[in-house]
Amino acid sequence: MELEEAKELKERCSQCDAISWGLTEEGKYYCTSCHNVTERSKEVINTDIIPNTKIKSISRGLKRKSKLEKGWDWYVCEGFQHILCQQAEVLKTLGVAPELKNEVLHNFWKRYLQKSKQAYCANPVYTSGRKAQVLKDNVHHSDWASGSELLSDASCASSLESGAESKSDVPTPKPFPALRTPQSVAASVCSGSLDGMEYSEWKEKGILKMTVPGTLALCYLSLLWQREAVTLSDLLRFVEEDHIPYIKAFQSFPEEMKLYGRDKGIFAIESWPDYEEIYKHMFEIATFLDLPRFPDITEDCFLHPNILCVKYLMEANLPVLGTEVRASHTPDEMHGLTHQVTKMTGLGDVDSLTFDPIAKGAQTVKYDVQAIALIVVVLKLLFLLDDNLEWSLSDLAEVNNEKNKTDKPWFSFRKWYQVMKKSVDEKKQNWEEARAKYLWKSEKPLYHSHIDKPGASKRREMVVNLQKQFSTLADSAPTIEKKSPSSFQFHWAEDDPSRPCFHGHSLQGILVKKGPALVTKNSLYWLSTQKFCRSYCKHVTTYEESNFSLSYQFILNLFSFLLRIKAALLHDEVSLIEKKLFKKKYSETKKNSRSRRR
Amino acid sequence: MRPTACGEPASKGAREDCGGAHPHFLLDVLRTQDMSDFSEELTRPESEDDQEEASTVSGTRVYFPWLQKHLDTVATGGKKKKDFAQTTGACLSFIREALLKHQWQQAAEYMHSYLQILEDFDSNQRQTAPEIIWKLGSEILFYHPKSSVETFNTFADQMKNIGVLNYLKISLQHALYLIHCGKLEEASRNLSQAETWRYGEKSSSQEMLINLAQAYKGLLEYFSWSKKKMELSKLDKDDYAYSTEARNIFSHSWKTSVNFSALIKTPGVWDPFVKSYVEMLEFYGDRDGARKVLTSYAYDEKFPSNPNAHIYLYNFLKREKAPRAKLLSVLKILYQIVPSHKLMLEFHMLLRKSEKEEHHKLGLEVLFGLLDFAGCTKNITAWKYLASYLRQILMENRVAWVQEEWKSRRNWWPAFHFSYFWAKSDWKEDKDLAYEKALVAGMLLGKGYRYFRYILKQDHHDLRKKIKQMKKSVKKYSIVKPAV
Repeated sequence: MELEEAKELKERCSQCDAISWGLTEEGKYYCTSCHNVTERSKEVINTDIIPNTKIKSISRGLKRKSKLEKGWDWYVCEGFQHILCQQAEVLKTLGVAPELKNEVLHNFWKRYLQKSKQAYCANPVYTSGRKAQVLKDNVHHSDWASGSELLSDASCASSLESGAESKSDVPTPKPFPALRTPQSVAASVCSGSLDGMEYSEWKEKGILKMTVPGTLALCYLSLLWQREAVTLSDLLRFVEEDHIPYIKAFQSFPEEMKLYGRDKGIFAIESWPDYEEIYKHMFEIATFLDLPRFPDITEDCFLHPNILCVKYLMEANLPVLGTEVRASHTPDEMHGLTHQVTKMTGLGDVDSLTFDPIAKGAQTVKYDVQAIALIVVVLKLLFLLDDNLEWSLSDLAEVNNEKNKTDKPWFSFRKWYQVMKKSVDEKKQNWEEARAKYLWKSEKPLYHSHIDKPGASKRREMVVNLQKQFSTLADSAPTIEKKSPSSFQFHWAEDDPSRPCFHGHSLQGILVKKGPALVTKNSLYWLSTQKFCRSYCKHVTTYEESNFSLSYQFILNLFSFLLRIKAALLHDEVSLIEKKLFKKKYSETKKNSRSRRR
Repeated sequence: MRPTACGEPASKGAREDCGGAHPHFLLDVLRTQDMSDFSEELTRPESEDDQEEASTVSGTRVYFPWLQKHLDTVATGGKKKKDFAQTTGACLSFIREALLKHQWQQAAEYMHSYLQILEDFDSNQRQTAPEIIWKLGSEILFYHPKSSVETFNTFADQMKNIGVLNYLKISLQHALYLIHCGKLEEASRNLSQAETWRYGEKSSSQEMLINLAQAYKGLLEYFSWSKKKMELSKLDKDDYAYSTEARNIFSHSWKTSVNFSALIKTPGVWDPFVKSYVEMLEFYGDRDGARKVLTSYAYDEKFPSNPNAHIYLYNFLKREKAPRAKLLSVLKILYQIVPSHKLMLEFHMLLRKSEKEEHHKLGLEVLFGLLDFAGCTKNITAWKYLASYLRQILMENRVAWVQEEWKSRRNWWPAFHFSYFWAKSDWKEDKDLAYEKALVAGMLLGKGYRYFRYILKQDHHDLRKKIKQMKKSVKKYSIVKPAV
């Protein structure tokens, strides 16, 4: 009897670290190996014996702290919930509509929990394969499942609102019940969360496991649903600039949510989010959640190519302001041209822009990549980018600008290139330096198990000490201040000679009047590719940098840096647009690499 | 490769090392290459150029082609690396670049970030990192204007205790740093700690390092011993203090020799240790011990070829007044390793004194060999010896010997030694040298040769008699017979 009761206490002895408790005659616990008597008496802990105190002691139990690892009991999905909650909060401060958090993201999350059978369903996960053995202190949870089927249950909203901290007042998802006999806890403390072990080994067909990159995908889905003015590349850039919690997101978990062992593999992230990866995740999640068609992306939406193109034209310091656009048919400035290409290719159609996960052959548009690719196509139409025409056109423009100083200056590709090259190189350099200086490790060390803990803490301490030493020797000037988040990375000013602005330059000299319309002076075009890759490697084309003109390389590198994507991805997108634009040429001869426009 | 200087060639002793620790530190950093995760790129031949850069660079921009390539491969191809690894890799490159440009503050800034590699989840990285950090960090702290001995000590003490693999190496380098700063006692304390340190079974590399630590401690003790010896020599023998001092010295030496003996038994170049050890042994009259040490140091085949070993042995034997044959055999080896050494002149004289004919022939070879080196061209003794010896040999009618030596030098010695330019400048700088050289030139190239003629033409009252004599000798003995 004595032995059994003693097993209730799972903590380590404060004196000798053993977990082997006996009971004294007064009902207090004592350590059998070092005879240290604790203050704790049997009644408080063993709640089974006094039924009336059950509820009270559960809430105590959940928040019970101890000197050792045992913090609160928490579940992996609560961790993700906490991260999502933080991310949503930040998005809110960035100016996203407040409904995003409580309505959209919260609903998506609940839907995810339900679909993945982690909560909000009658039979939470695992119960089919294993014997559903409800823990003794699980009484509290047994009644929540019935009331939580409603997705938009108002009371549930607060669960996301307060993150993991409000567990005791809100039905907590209880996904992996059972399997936690006192022995297993004592013997193998492999994770801080209750289900870290199970979660990391959880493999079930048709179930999408949440990951930390997954939280970003979920955020992006909510942004898309809301038609917010944030593109995926913006979102990832905010992550990279440390505005949106991601890499060390678990750091802000409450003190009592201990994180170690298997949790490390789940929550510790050692890479920046990758555009394509998150994009893929987003798609998978949307399909998994079985989401209906998203709200239409119409011409007045930020994500519509017409608007995005203007944004990126401004970012890339290309002529956008120009004279009043009299009619959208007369392309006066670059914006007019992108507009026209969008129209001709049908990329601006609501149907092709709107995300519909359930539709057959569904596909999301990479809005930002597409808009940039449109600009690249237009640049090719105007300047050919064959390392020749763009420079002779620049000569013309410069001669004209010399002669004619009062009129709007003609756009000179050369001048633009010089300015952009310098700015981008600087930005890239700063970016690389910032990446090299990034500190990945959290303040609280992560470790595999208790055995590792002292080692990890010692390492942590050492690193902190050494860092202190070297930071006093570093430049006293503070390292690059944290920039406030902005959708623009460059600022061009008319009056700043170091960052001259080309927005107001005109395309005269590049466009010629032909009848009522303006036509590009350049009548040639080369296709980025004529063969599309049909293998399963996911890429559309192969982009071998050295096969292309230097101007084209520069432009791809410039824009792919703006989006933090690979140049090849942008090249793919350009090729796809060209395929649509020159459909006829593609189907006709494939030998002639040059193609006349219209 | 033949050393060109006449001075003590080959390995610099440890004492010199402490004095000029700068290159030692810097080069060490560049050798951390093999530890880094992109070792392949770094071990390419370029790294040699970088080392050169390292010693000469001052503010010029050094381009690192591998850096960009490295970043690119991470970004695009192959197995995707974690960005954490990319950060630390880029950091390492930035630190190297900053070090080469002597931007210590910037290096410290990147170091701040690089340190996180100690927490890498990859235990391999974690294990190799401390050594790199130690090398880079000590380099930064050595040069950084805001750094101090205290900072360095704190850093070293922290690094010693990261893992067990680096304890000894870091202790040793820390001690060298302290010696460099003149903190001998602290250094000695450090070495004592290292000496008694043990971890697990003594591995061979550990043993070597422990021996080194001991030997350095010995060297420090030798230093204080020789200081005391100096003081003692100033004291009057009847002085009251003399006997106590002398006793002090005695107790000292016994300990020190223990410190040295372990190290110098292992193959290696231990010049400063051997030298001090022998000095102490000799001081206490243990000539046999000293001879044994020196002989094995010079002749043991396990030891790397080391000219200094033979020099020490030769000097010792000379002090001992050893027979000529013994001295000759030592110098013969030295001649093979360093034919430009100034001891070759002594070698020549010994050979001349020998009875054997082959030694006489070798004596000529040695002189010619010595003068082949640019560093010896102005060695007046060498020229004097050559002039007189040539005369003697030609007098003895051994033209063949001279011809044999001259054959391989005929093409280049005239331009190398006896050009018109040299004649003018030699005469201007050192008339005696010019005279000796002119004599040699005359004998080897004939009296028509311009060097000889130039000197002959100079009318100098002090040398007039000598020059006349020279003219005579040349006429008589020159190997070049005037065309009939």
